[in-house]
Amino acid sequence: MDDFEYVRPGSVGEAVALLAEKPGRARAMAGGTDLLVQLKVGRRTLDRVVDVKGIAELNEIHVGSDGGITIGAAVPCHRVYDHPAIVAGFPGIVDSASIVGGIAIQGRATLGGNLCNGAPSGDSIPSLAVVGAVAVIAGPSGRREFPVSEFCTGPGQTVLGADELLVAIRLPAPPPRSFGHYLRFIPRNEMDIAVAGAGAWVALDEAGVVTAARVVLASVAPTPIEVPDAATAIIGTRGEATALEAASEAAKAAARPITDMRGTQAQRRHLSGVLTKRALAGAIARARGEHVPGAHEAHRVHASATH
Amino acid sequence: MVAVDARTATKVVVQATINGEPVQFLAEPRQTLLECLRDVLSLTGTKEGCADGNCGACNVVMDGRLVNSCLVLGVEAAGASITTIEGIAPVGGLHPLQTAFLEQAALQCGICTPGFIVSASELLKRNARPTEDEIRFWLAGNLCRCTGYDKIVRAVLQAAEMIHPAA
Ligand SMILES: Cc1cc2nc3c(=O)[nH]c(=O)nc-3n(C[C@H](O)[C@H](O)[C@H](O)COP(=O)(O)OP(=O)(O)OC[C@H]3O[C@@H](n4cnc5c(N)ncnc54)[C@H](O)[C@@H]3O)c2cc1C
Ligand code: FES
Ligand code: FES
Repeated sequence: MDDFEYVRPGSVGEAVALLAEKPGRARAMAGGTDLLVQLKVGRRTLDRVVDVKGIAELNEIHVGSDGGITIGAAVPCHRVYDHPAIVAGFPGIVDSASIVGGIAIQGRATLGGNLCNGAPSGDSIPSLAVVGAVAVIAGPSGRREFPVSEFCTGPGQTVLGADELLVAIRLPAPPPRSFGHYLRFIPRNEMDIAVAGAGAWVALDEAGVVTAARVVLASVAPTPIEVPDAATAIIGTRGEATALEAASEAAKAAARPITDMRGTQAQRRHLSGVLTKRALAGAIARARGEHVPGAHEAHRVHASATH
Repeated sequence: MVAVDARTATKVVVQATINGEPVQFLAEPRQTLLECLRDVLSLTGTKEGCADGNCGACNVVMDGRLVNSCLVLGVEAAGASITTIEGIAPVGGLHPLQTAFLEQAALQCGICTPGFIVSASELLKRNARPTEDEIRFWLAGNLCRCTGYDKIVRAVLQAAEMIHPAA
């Protein structure tokens, strides 16, 4: 890696000032699992790395009295999938946090870094977007909030200014009987980048009819993309096969995939449909109170109480 | 956590606890923890395979969490407690995982072995009797080009049995 300066501010204000002092030449680092790789291969060079893990607010998981949860931007994945309130209220986000890399990556990688890195394949972005997550951003002139669903603007591109810091991701209180589910396809069982992924979220009424839904796809466009037509197809139904099929067709129509070493256009389009159907069915089952294991729940080892 | 301010110096003094001992070393901000362990502290038991987080050869325990030391900056170790492969065996003996790896012939070239043993030791701390599936999942971030993994999985099962014999 080329030389750079390392700073570890203790407050949001200090971090923003350190970024603003070197526009474009300083970047925040949370887990470093994207940033350090980029610095190593020379895809990026920086004058300053601003380690945000020393800022208390960024390390907090705060559960609001209404059931909404704020996850600090420096909270690593293992704290997300081991947090009882996140597990209970946002299993789709747990699906994602537990498949980012392997155990050692999950010890460092954050949802905030996944989002700010802006990769179309970011596994947490669809799960966050479908529950209406909001990015809490701090800059020199104060704070602003921005929906996660519109946060990414191109591969590696986001709405964050060079002098802005992601403080936290705010998950609004979930309506009753609402849950999400995230699925991706990779050729291995673990440790790979999504060929395609789908995050789905639904809310049911007391009769089990879908009253609200969202679907966001990963790895099939320059950014994660929302598929409103898939949501429309499932709203007003009980998730019958015909409705799931219509949602699947909508996802296939919305996908704008490329062919690369991970998969072809045709395969990705096909996967968009299959994963949308399965993620929606899983979200509906969860909203009905059924247990739908995450991709790796059967294997995942829960951390002991000591950590 | 100790605050590190590198604004005035190229090399930074880092104080950490490594394998239970207080350690002080000089690190350039761009040096990874892996480089500091091997090149500065001569703790060469920790290996470099890929240098980008994919192989697990460099895995160490940092403040109770398994991490890829190739994706941690040396300066981030300030104030941290780190366990490397050198800290796994009790004085004058072997960790049950080391014994089991030898008995099961769970290594050939051996470059992946420190990473597997450090990683597996963290698994056994959390889950005394892991299933084969749980072992394979936990070790998914550790790559081995030689053994085909089966002997490694058997060695971890044996070590679990040695530590907590079935009633
Ligand atoms: C072996 C390996 C396997 C991986 N597997 C997966 C996978 O399965 N799925 C997946 O989605 N990703 C995967 N990744 C990529 C990476 O681990 C994730 O994207 C991770 O969530 C990044 O989080 P981080 O905290 O490490 O980010 P960092 O590397 O610290 O940061 C990533 C980017 O976000 C910016 N940033 C970070 N925090 C902030 C902040 N608070 N404010 C402003 N900008 C910020 C940084 O400047 C940088 O540009 C993998 C990486 C490796 C090395
Ligand atoms: S050398 Fe660190 S993971 Fe391969
Ligand atoms: S023994 Fe050679 S890589 Fe594992």
